[in-house]
Amino acid sequence: MGMQEISGWGRFPRRFARVAAPHGEAALRAAAGGGGAVARGNGRAYGDSAIGSAATIEMRRFNRILAFDSSSGRLVAEAGVLLSDIIDVFLPRGWFPYVTPGTKFVTLGGAIAADAHGKNHHCEGSFGAFVDWIDVLGADGSVTRASPASNSRLFEWTLGGMGLTGIILRAAIRLRPVESAWISQKTLPAANLDAALAAFETAREATYSAAWIDCLASGDSLGRSLLMLGEHARAADLPPAQRAAPLQAPLRRKRRVLWNAPSALLNRCTVKAFNALYWRQGLRRAGESLVDWDSFFYPLDAVLGWNRIYGRRGFVQFQCVLPTQSARAGLVALLSETSAAGQGSFLAVLKQFGRGRGGLSFPMPGYTLALDFPATVRALALLDRLDAITLEHGGRFYLAKDARMAAASLHRSDPRAARFQAMRRKEGLDTAFASAQSERLLL
Amino acid sequence: MNEPKPGVMILGGRSDIGLAAAHAFARAGHPVMLAAREAQSLAADCQDISLRYGAGAQAVEFDVLASSALPEFAGAGEAPPGIVVCVVGLMGDQRESELDPAAAARVMRSNFEGPALILGLYAERMAALGRGTIVGVSSVAGDRGRASNYVYGAAKAGFTAFLSGLRNRLARQGVQVITVKPGFVATRMTEGLDLPRALTAAPEEVAEAILHAVERGRDVVYVRPVWRMIMAIIRILPERLFKKTSL
Repeated sequence: MGMQEISGWGRFPRRFARVAAPHGEAALRAAAGGGGAVARGNGRAYGDSAIGSAATIEMRRFNRILAFDSSSGRLVAEAGVLLSDIIDVFLPRGWFPYVTPGTKFVTLGGAIAADAHGKNHHCEGSFGAFVDWIDVLGADGSVTRASPASNSRLFEWTLGGMGLTGIILRAAIRLRPVESAWISQKTLPAANLDAALAAFETAREATYSAAWIDCLASGDSLGRSLLMLGEHARAADLPPAQRAAPLQAPLRRKRRVLWNAPSALLNRCTVKAFNALYWRQGLRRAGESLVDWDSFFYPLDAVLGWNRIYGRRGFVQFQCVLPTQSARAGLVALLSETSAAGQGSFLAVLKQFGRGRGGLSFPMPGYTLALDFPATVRALALLDRLDAITLEHGGRFYLAKDARMAAASLHRSDPRAARFQAMRRKEGLDTAFASAQSERLLL
Repeated sequence: MNEPKPGVMILGGRSDIGLAAAHAFARAGHPVMLAAREAQSLAADCQDISLRYGAGAQAVEFDVLASSALPEFAGAGEAPPGIVVCVVGLMGDQRESELDPAAAARVMRSNFEGPALILGLYAERMAALGRGTIVGVSSVAGDRGRASNYVYGAAKAGFTAFLSGLRNRLARQGVQVITVKPGFVATRMTEGLDLPRALTAAPEEVAEAILHAVERGRDVVYVRPVWRMIMAIIRILPERLFKKTSL
C-alpha cells in the first residue's frame, strides 16, 4: 500500500493518502482491516468522497461480470465494473442501464454508493430503483447480502451512503430492453426560467429530460435554457441506413485534454461568450433529431480528461435540489447570485426530480441545479452563499459533487444525516469506514 | 459466416498479462483456455470472459515446473491449440537469488526451463501440422545482464534465444514464433516498485501488442517502442563502461 496524492474528478482538494488496489477478497479485507477505509471506484465523484481517512481501497480489480439473465435483463457483476463496460457488452444485445449519470466512466459500486440519478429521475427514479441486491463487506469483515426484502436497513443506508456503510463487492441490477442504440431527441428553447419550468411540467411524460441553463444570463433572460427531451428510438422509427443494425451506433471520435488550461482561459467574458454561442446554436437546432446514445447521455465523455480545462487549481461542483414549492424562488436567488458574481460555468444543468428514496439518497421531488466553478477563493465564497440560499429554500445537497461544504450546512439541510451518523456509531461503522468527506461533514 | 477463429492457450492465465491477453483474444472472437495452477479458482474470470464476448473460455490445471507432466499437457486434444501464448514468469528477488541457489533455480526454471520445454513440445505438434502460432513473453531484462536483476535477466535471455532459434527453425514450416518484450508493466509482480510512467505499460497494452503481433505476423515486439532504443543503447555500451554503471 503506497502513499499517493489523489483527488476526485474536480482535482480539488488533493490529499496524500494510502492507496491499495487489492486483488481478491482476502487482500481487500487486509487492506481495509486497519479501519478508516473507503472504497474508490473510478474516481468520478468530484470532491473528497473517495479519499479514505486512513486507507483508500481501489476497486478496479473487482471488475468481473458474473451472470446475466437474458430473459429478465438481470445482471450480476462485481462493484468495479464500469457502466461503459456494461454498455459495450450489453447494448449490442439490446440492453441499456435503466439509470445512468452524465458519465459512463463510473463503476457499479460508485453509482450505488452515490445513488446516482439520470435524465429519467422524474419518472423512473434513481439508480437504486433497479438494484435487486448488494453484497457489502462490513466492519467485522463478513459479507452481507442486502436487498429491499432482507437486511433492508443496510440496503437503504448503502444506496447514497457514499461507501460509509461498508465496501460494496457485488450487485444485481436490472437492465432495460431497448430496440436501438439511438435516442429521439427534442430540443426546446426556453427564454427564461419560468418558460423552462413550464416546459419541464409539460414534458413530464418524456422518459428523459434535462436542461442546459445559461447561468450568466440576467434580467428578463435569467434562467434561459435549452430543454432536451429523449426517448429510446424504436427500430421501426430509424431511417433505413440505421435500421439494418439498430443496436450499432457509430463510435464517436475521442478527444483528450492533455494539458492543464491556463487559469485565465476561463473568465467571465469567455464563459459568457460560450454560453451566448451555445444558446444561439440551440435555437438553430431546436426541434427533433436522432442522436446516438453516447452523444445523448455522455456529451462530455467524448473529451477525455475534460476536468483539465479548469487548469491546475481544479474545480468545484455545486449541486442542490429544491423542493417543488420553493423551487422557482430558490432558483431565481441562486441564478441571480451566480450571475451577479460573474462566476459562470459551462456546465450548468437544470433537471426535474421525481420521488426520492430513503437512506441518504439525494433526490427529492423538485428541481436540481448543478453548476461548476474553478476552485478559486472567490468561487468558494460564492458557494457558501449558494449553500445558504439552498438552506433558506428547504433544499439539500448532492454528496457525490461536494468537496467543501460545512458540516453544519449538511446537517441543517437533511435531518437524515444525524440518523446516519448515529447508525454508523452504533454499528461500529464510523471507525471502520471513513473518508475525507465523512470526517469533514461529520457523517 | 466467418471462419471460426483459432483457440488460444494462455500459459500463465492467472497473471495480469495473461488475463488481459485472454480478454483481448476473446474480444477478437477467439475461444480461450487459461492454464494455471488452481485452475478452478479462475471460474469467475472464465464466466466474465464468456459473458462479455460470447467466446468460449475455460480454465485448465497447469504447472510449468512439473516437467514430467508437460508432454501429456502439450499432447492433449486431437490437434494443438491454434495459438499458444506463454506469459509464465517469476521475477523473484535478485538478492535472494544471489544467496539461495534454490531461489535462483526457481527463477531460472520458471522463466526459462519451463516455458522453453512446453513451447518446444507445442512447436513439435504445430510443425507436424504445418501451422500454428507461438508467442513467448520474454523481457528486455534478457537483452543484457545487469547487476539489478541478472538471474531473472539470464533466464529471460535464455528464453529469448530459445524463441529466436525456434522461429528460425520453423519459419519455413508454417509456424509463426513471436517474441514479446514488454518493458516495465504495472502488474502484481511489480507492485510497490517505483516505475517511470513513460516506460511502464498497462497489462492491457501488452495484451493488445500480443494480439496485434499475432494478427500481423510480427517476429520480435517491444510493447513500447522506446524500449527498443533504450536496450539498443544498453547493449552497445562497451563492457569497460557498462560494468561501472548501475542500471
